[in-house]
Amino acid sequence: MNPTMTRRSLLRCGAGGVAVLSLPGLLAACGGGGDGGGDGGELKDVLEFENWPYYMDTKGKTHPTRDQFKAETGITVNYYETISGNEETFAKYAPSLSQGNGIGRDIFVATDNSQFPGLYVSEGYVQKLDLDLIPNIDNLIPTQGNPGFDPDREYSLPWLTGMDGIAWNEELSGGPVTSIEQLFTDPKLKGKVTILGEMADSVGLVLLDSGDDPTNVTDEAFDRAIKTIEDAFDSGQILKATSQDYAPALLRGDFAASIAWSGDVAQLAAENPKLKWAIPDKGGIIWTDNMFIPLGGSVPTASTYMNYVYDPKVSAQIALGTSYSSSVKGVREAALEIDPDAASNELVFPTDEMLAQLHPNDPKMVSNADYITTWQAVLGR
Amino acid sequence: MGTFFHRRRRLTPYLLLAPGLLWLGFFFLIPLGFLGYQSLESGSYGNFEFTWEFSNFSNALTDYREQLFRSFLYAGIATLACLVLGYPMVYWIAFQAGPWRNFFLLVIVAPFFVTYLVRTLAWLNILADEGPVVGFLRDVHLLGADEGLIYTTFAVVSGIAYNFFPFMALPLYVSLEQIDPRMLEAAKDLYASSTQAFLRVTLPLSAPGIVAGTLLTFIPAAGDFINAALLGTPNQSMIGNVIQAKFLTSLDYPTAASLSFVLMASILVALLVYARAVGTEKLTG
Repeated sequence: MNPTMTRRSLLRCGAGGVAVLSLPGLLAACGGGGDGGGDGGELKDVLEFENWPYYMDTKGKTHPTRDQFKAETGITVNYYETISGNEETFAKYAPSLSQGNGIGRDIFVATDNSQFPGLYVSEGYVQKLDLDLIPNIDNLIPTQGNPGFDPDREYSLPWLTGMDGIAWNEELSGGPVTSIEQLFTDPKLKGKVTILGEMADSVGLVLLDSGDDPTNVTDEAFDRAIKTIEDAFDSGQILKATSQDYAPALLRGDFAASIAWSGDVAQLAAENPKLKWAIPDKGGIIWTDNMFIPLGGSVPTASTYMNYVYDPKVSAQIALGTSYSSSVKGVREAALEIDPDAASNELVFPTDEMLAQLHPNDPKMVSNADYITTWQAVLGR
Repeated sequence: MGTFFHRRRRLTPYLLLAPGLLWLGFFFLIPLGFLGYQSLESGSYGNFEFTWEFSNFSNALTDYREQLFRSFLYAGIATLACLVLGYPMVYWIAFQAGPWRNFFLLVIVAPFFVTYLVRTLAWLNILADEGPVVGFLRDVHLLGADEGLIYTTFAVVSGIAYNFFPFMALPLYVSLEQIDPRMLEAAKDLYASSTQAFLRVTLPLSAPGIVAGTLLTFIPAAGDFINAALLGTPNQSMIGNVIQAKFLTSLDYPTAASLSFVLMASILVALLVYARAVGTEKLTG
């Protein structure tokens, strides 16, 4: 005990102690977040999986691949469609993960055209996969083997790949919407246009439209793209920026055309042919969502599930069910066995011409703090 | 023995206060202290440092003046709308509804059985371009064929007014219901017209309800973000939307914390001005 402790320092320690003990302690007690990282946990009979909406095969009210997984392994998948943005998700998880606590999830996904896959790895918020339990990792296509955020695929595996393009409701648009320029200026669409709140998607397409390179973005090109978007907001052409809630609103007719993700629209268009989606004539953006195991998640359970979805037969069902593409070898053959017409689904199996039109985002752009601040201001926050 | 009970009696008020004070201490003062500490930090997520960064406050005020002003404007209009719509309705319930009083009060409170989010989402359908309201207004040519209501200032203010209506109606009801009808008879006996009786008896006696109702409506409405997020666009963005995005999207805790303080301080100032204008005795009746 420090004999020269003054009353003031004692009070300070006391107050600090109460403060430190109370809130994080209470929050942890309320969080129910599971145990911290470390050993990776034991195999459980329940897998907690958080994902974006429109991202799992469904048949009526059932989910065939999840049900098969349960039948094969006895593990129930608790599936949450509660991811609505990469930023929001990081902000939701980070306070708990930064304390070394779990988040009540075994798998979540993050998109490679945001700064977050890199942040999860560098901040130590995610656990290594148990590769012994994932022999099917050999089925990962080579082009996905070495992403910048996880060069040796120690922490992550691709979930699905999709494209940014333009979706429109034909009843309101009076015809196809084939370019960003048309989306931002066509008087028929005025006040009925939405863009995506994710910077990489919206800015990426605008960069392409003005002839700039989205894979290597300069300050001038970024400023140009922001100006274009701001002008379209100011003129009243763009109504607002959305997450996936654009999809039902497009169907209802609240919006006429939107910057949109490929598979979402395809899933809705199956029953509503007035909904259309296309890559803009000056090109689209391609991205991949990646599965991660957060701190506190059960590595064996999560790895078992990842191995399961890396079976081409399973991956083919998920890809066909969502109209997004898979990073698993042999999916095309497996898909043809399920449905002889499957190969004609260009969202699952993009043609060579489509692939030539698609570009990834510049990783430097998506993690640039100044760009992110500028983008937030465009969104009015 | 006598002194013991005497001492106990003196302790009683503190014992009665203790649970409430502890609650306030733990769940209001300590978090508020954290918030104050955070509002003076600088840096980015993961590397926040306490640097007495008072510029957070000046930056918050200059960068988000527009949203702050808009929040007070929207909250003010919504509060006024609640008062104008609510007063006659509650007056009728208190004086004319007789045995149906409780039923009508239940009707006012009934929307609260549904969650806030769902109630607000319902307005998306009510005000949608294909919805009944817009269809009717277009038919009577109050709205042009390509004009709508959804995603406008009107939609946001209506949403706020709707969502906070019971906070206005219930205090109004309590103050009106307490008025002794014989006072009005007495006024009539003294040759007051109905208007005079209302202005000189009913209105002053219901003033505490009006003051309580406006405060209960205005204060949460000024910090609301759900209505602007769901029914508006960036052009209707309120200070609550900025705070929400700074805390939960961009992880800019210092700016979010300083904005929260700016909002609290502005509400406090507005409240003091209001209390000064109407007189503090109206607050307590």
